[in-house]
Amino acid sequence: MNVIYLILSNWNFIAVIMLMMAGLYIVISNQNFIKKLVGLSIFQSSVFIFYISIGKVSGGTAPILTGIADTIYSNPLPHVLILTAIVVGVATNALGLALVVRINEAFNSIEEKTLLSHKIEDSRHEFEKGDSWK
Amino acid sequence: MLILDNIPALLVAIPLLMSAIVSVISSDRIAWLFALLTTLVCLFMAYELIDIVSAKQILSYAFGGWEPPWGIAFIVDSANVYLILLVSFISVIATIYAHTMLAREIAVEDLPKAYAVWLLTIASLFGLSMTGDAFNLFVFLEISALSSITLIALGAGQDRRALIAAYNYLIIGAIGATFYVIGVGYLYAATGTLNLLNIIERLNELGTNQAAITGLAFMLAGIMVKAGIFPVHIWLPAAYSYAPSAVSSLLSAVATKVAIYYFARLIFGIFMNITQLIDFFLLYVLMPVSVTAIFYGTIAAIYQTDIKRLFALSSIAQIGYITFAFSLNSHSGVSSGVIHIINHALIKGALFMAVGIFALGIGKRATMVSLRGVGRQMPITFAGFVIAGLALIGVPLTAGFISKLYLFKAVFETGNGLFVAIIAISSALSVLYLWKIFEVMWLQEPYQPLKIEKEPAVAYISLWLMVIAIIVFGIYSNGVSSSGILAANALIGAR
Repeated sequence: MNVIYLILSNWNFIAVIMLMMAGLYIVISNQNFIKKLVGLSIFQSSVFIFYISIGKVSGGTAPILTGIADTIYSNPLPHVLILTAIVVGVATNALGLALVVRINEAFNSIEEKTLLSHKIEDSRHEFEKGDSWK
Repeated sequence: MLILDNIPALLVAIPLLMSAIVSVISSDRIAWLFALLTTLVCLFMAYELIDIVSAKQILSYAFGGWEPPWGIAFIVDSANVYLILLVSFISVIATIYAHTMLAREIAVEDLPKAYAVWLLTIASLFGLSMTGDAFNLFVFLEISALSSITLIALGAGQDRRALIAAYNYLIIGAIGATFYVIGVGYLYAATGTLNLLNIIERLNELGTNQAAITGLAFMLAGIMVKAGIFPVHIWLPAAYSYAPSAVSSLLSAVATKVAIYYFARLIFGIFMNITQLIDFFLLYVLMPVSVTAIFYGTIAAIYQTDIKRLFALSSIAQIGYITFAFSLNSHSGVSSGVIHIINHALIKGALFMAVGIFALGIGKRATMVSLRGVGRQMPITFAGFVIAGLALIGVPLTAGFISKLYLFKAVFETGNGLFVAIIAISSALSVLYLWKIFEVMWLQEPYQPLKIEKEPAVAYISLWLMVIAIIVFGIYSNGVSSSGILAANALIGAR
């Protein structure tokens, strides 16, 4: 019973962990460069939810001065931090997508396996070019 | 004085502002001139900062008049003032080097924007080395990552593999930075503050706290990615080898060093009171990892034929030396680590600069095959390259010798013969890969007659400035070694 209560009362943290692991798994396992970025977004979003969860004070209201004495306010600072982190996340994603566009132009593919074979080909080409001077 | 009082803020604000101005300039020469002037002003301010810090011991700069526990603070003390000077010195020389090198490696119309991103990188490095706010550090970490990824991707004009290297850095770097943010979240939940100095006080009151320890673990893991410490270094070799040579010399010299400094600050400055955990981490995690890094980096470099990748791998070994020195957990260990941060920045910067000039001279990528006999054709660059290479091994009269001397001193203090053997054997192994390059470049005949382009004079100047610094710091080592000892005093106290 205790365990169920623990899970139910901390459901947002459970969600954070699930999202975090799902995002990280997508980044690591997926071959497609855009899907990797989607995984990265999910991973980062989980951290946003984590921050907002720790900012909640039980029984607290929104941190706007009401003029009533003894009001309990939630902590606004994590929200402010996450606003910054969201902006950073957007910038990261934008740069990542821009790079994927350039990769697609240069290699005609955004699949990791194909790109790896292209990379090996490039290295071999370079090596042979150097070696053929003999 | 308005300027002298606000140096910590101006060091970040001026490059940041100039980056915005440079991005709208259309002439690449004027853009370069603006970049050079900015870095020169930063060098001057960093120099002034040393006087201020030596008088005041610790300089805490509160932004916007919000006093530290609430507002964001920049902290400058003897642990990071020399790092700031190092960053500004290297950025001046790398900017001079970029004048000819960057112009030949990337498209002309991209140049002004490249200098804008270049200044952004420098601003973020200053921010990283000064900030006293855990979350603010994350922001600078990401600015530095995004701007250096852009600079690395500019190498695509020469080699399309630069794009994949940049993408991999983006993914791995973003995961590392997110790990760091998770750690800051735990730490904030435990202590209720983000100011590093305030965190120390709160942790003392709390004692051992599970959330704080979890936070520490996440933060260290995140910073290790940025610092290129062994198991999470995989983005580094490709990123440094495909970037334009001016970019690789700037990033290899200072970008990882700043992260290593913060790593040391976290371990010795912030979490030193969780003694048991830190001792465990240093002895059973950092030390084995550093030793593996030293041998992995050195041995992988021996079998590498691409020169830039070879030096990137050797960087991993050298970062291994620095973290090995930290893991000794003694005053002399930390001071030798800081000394090696300074010396290795000079050495690796000079080596990447020389390789860039060689590659420009022969008109293709510098490999063991394409560089045959080039040393005799480009003697001035080759002489600088050899001196920097000897410094990397640790030959007397060069800065590298001073690093190795202090490292050996720290290792002898522990009285463990195995450590001495590790350093001695790995230094001997590093002779192998450098000798291999020297032999190919000087003693072997090229397969085809070489057509050497005229060597760019401006790039010479910057290479030789670095080489002269290496020699001067090898002979008059007092400055560097006393800064290392002062930094160790500030980081772990005079124990």
